[in-house]
Amino acid sequence: MKIQDEKSFDELAGKQYKYGFVTDIESDSLPPGLNEQIVREISRRKNEPEWLTEWRVKAFKHWETMEQPTWAKVEFPPIDYQAISYYSAPKQKISAPKSLDEVDPELLATYEKLGIPLREQEVLAGVVAVDAVFDSVSVATTFRGKLEEMGIVFCSFSEAVQKHPELVRKYLGTVVPYKDNYFATLNSAVFSDGSFCYVPPGVRCPMELSTYFRINAANTGQFERTLLVADEGACVSYLEGCTAPQRDENQLHAAVVELVALGNAQIKYSTVQNWYPGDKDGRGGIYNFVTKRGHCRGDNSKISWTQVETGSAITWKYPSCVLKGDHSVGEFYSVAVTNNLQQADTGTKMIHIGKNTRSTIVSKGISAGRAQNSYRGLVRIQETAENARNFSQCDSMLIGDRCGAHTFPYIEVGNPTAQVEHEATTTKIGEDQIFYCNQRGLETEEAVNLIVNGFCKEVFRELPMEFAVEAQKLLGISLEGSVG
Amino acid sequence: MALLEIKDLHASVAGKPILKGINLTINFGEVHAIMGPNGSGKSTLSNVLAGNEAYEKTAGEVLFAEQNLDDLAAHERACAGMFLAFQYPVEIPGISNMYFLKAAVNAVRAYQGREQLDAMEFLDFVETRKKVVKIRDDLLERAVNSGFSGGEKKRNEIFQMAMLEPKLGILDETDSGLDIDALRIVADGVNALRSPERGFLVITHYQRLLNYIEPDFVHVLVHGQIVKSGGKELALELESEGYASWSGEEGP
Repeated sequence: MKIQDEKSFDELAGKQYKYGFVTDIESDSLPPGLNEQIVREISRRKNEPEWLTEWRVKAFKHWETMEQPTWAKVEFPPIDYQAISYYSAPKQKISAPKSLDEVDPELLATYEKLGIPLREQEVLAGVVAVDAVFDSVSVATTFRGKLEEMGIVFCSFSEAVQKHPELVRKYLGTVVPYKDNYFATLNSAVFSDGSFCYVPPGVRCPMELSTYFRINAANTGQFERTLLVADEGACVSYLEGCTAPQRDENQLHAAVVELVALGNAQIKYSTVQNWYPGDKDGRGGIYNFVTKRGHCRGDNSKISWTQVETGSAITWKYPSCVLKGDHSVGEFYSVAVTNNLQQADTGTKMIHIGKNTRSTIVSKGISAGRAQNSYRGLVRIQETAENARNFSQCDSMLIGDRCGAHTFPYIEVGNPTAQVEHEATTTKIGEDQIFYCNQRGLETEEAVNLIVNGFCKEVFRELPMEFAVEAQKLLGISLEGSVG
Repeated sequence: MALLEIKDLHASVAGKPILKGINLTINFGEVHAIMGPNGSGKSTLSNVLAGNEAYEKTAGEVLFAEQNLDDLAAHERACAGMFLAFQYPVEIPGISNMYFLKAAVNAVRAYQGREQLDAMEFLDFVETRKKVVKIRDDLLERAVNSGFSGGEKKRNEIFQMAMLEPKLGILDETDSGLDIDALRIVADGVNALRSPERGFLVITHYQRLLNYIEPDFVHVLVHGQIVKSGGKELALELESEGYASWSGEEGP
């Protein structure tokens, strides 16, 4: 069995990105370019209150003083921020759809192709409430009535700004401040939509909430902003899925996700990211530069991130937890797959502030083709964090001999009572393993799937059931032809 | 028809010729033993038969149940009923033995046009096979071969063979590294699987395995050729005289 010879790369060329269709919809876009005028125009079109306009402008002015960070182990040509259009909304006959009947049928057809249960009856079957973001605006939010009865607010970010400005103002930017980092600051200035969720005290959200992102228009950036607040004792599980059409040019995706868990609250945030990764020569694909952070503000609160990343040309993403409340818990479970010329620099930050705080990190990186996959993680135990505990496990798997896996763990301990453990392994799918599976009747591709799924099992079992099945399939598609 | 017909088989590893014209016919129900000193080509033979691409067949023909092996990829050979018990079974972390076996059993059944076993049927099937080849439940639940002792790995190989019910079982030095108790357990498993519908090719360096698995034929492999064939008494002869008279080397 020869792994990764030239022939197998040719076979890879035949691999198709399943979601690479473009929907022909008229969109209402702003011209490319970025200046204060554009920022104000985005805010005006969205009919935002003045405080939010000024917040965006402050962010923009700060962004102008910043430089794009270079510390990540990824390489790409300079991004021309003036060539990007910062706002693209599918043109609607009626300004805001009041029901699904008013949504453009072509848009619905797109979602159907993606297999999103947008129609409520389908949603009922899956018991998932979906807020779908198409390019920059939120298209429809399903299942809202039932959630409203329980006092749960789940809607597009724009709508939240209109209907619940006090909640948005109270929490926006409190986890990821507008000055946080280059991409988050850019997002703060130009974010166009996203999802908003507020779960009131003591309420357990009865279903998985879900957002589906899709970039459709060419030359647009997608800058969505998600804000999720679980009040005292509340509990919510949130899923996020992403795809984009196949294009030759690179598209920028710079999102911000903020999570707030108050006392005894629990948030579980799961992502399956399948943005277009570019072709086998590295042409096109999404630049996924995302800031995700959660605050465990209250005692006994818990935030858990689970991510399966198979897409994007470049991934730059570190879902983090700030463990402020005593006895609060942070978790990060990640599978990152890179193939061909994909690059990923991903990991997490666990900042322990409160007493008896605990965190767990399980990261599985898989590299195939000529891809580079890095884990970068920070565990910081502040002086105040008596008896803090962290366990980190970072495993890398290599398929073939032209890819790379890298681990950059940063550990800072400021309190002598802390216990911090770090384990790391690197394995290679061996020809002998593949032959062993072949000899038991399994085809090579099936054998790779089996071995890779075994490798990722600890992460998959953290995913909600229907997502776990999806993730396994996605892994299979992403690694198709990587062993020949 | 013959189960396996090897005609003038030549093979190389990394360009170096190892097998230099093997001829061997195995009929259904027969147990053949191949004995030979280190480096004589025993493992090369089993790997070439099973379709390991690191080994290159350079000439000759092999028919397996009248099918030309050249037409079958490694997994198809397995599905068609060829089973290789590895000398060094590899570890596959994260995949439980049971899950792996279910995938393998159903892959073979799919190839043979038989219905897939669901989880319950599979568990029932495991129970019936456990009566033939004994294996501890905890070995079935652990990841494939991970952290198994040498004896446990070999026993797992034989249990897999019992599950996959091949036409031909090839045992590649299954006895190496086994103490006498483990050897007996492995041999008991093989003996339980002997049947008129199944043949075995037992490759070994030492005669002692053949005390437990009694062969119908014994062949001596030296420098990539079968230099002598005979009945089971040939093994005893080798035990006392060694391979020296053929290979010019010290015997075991």
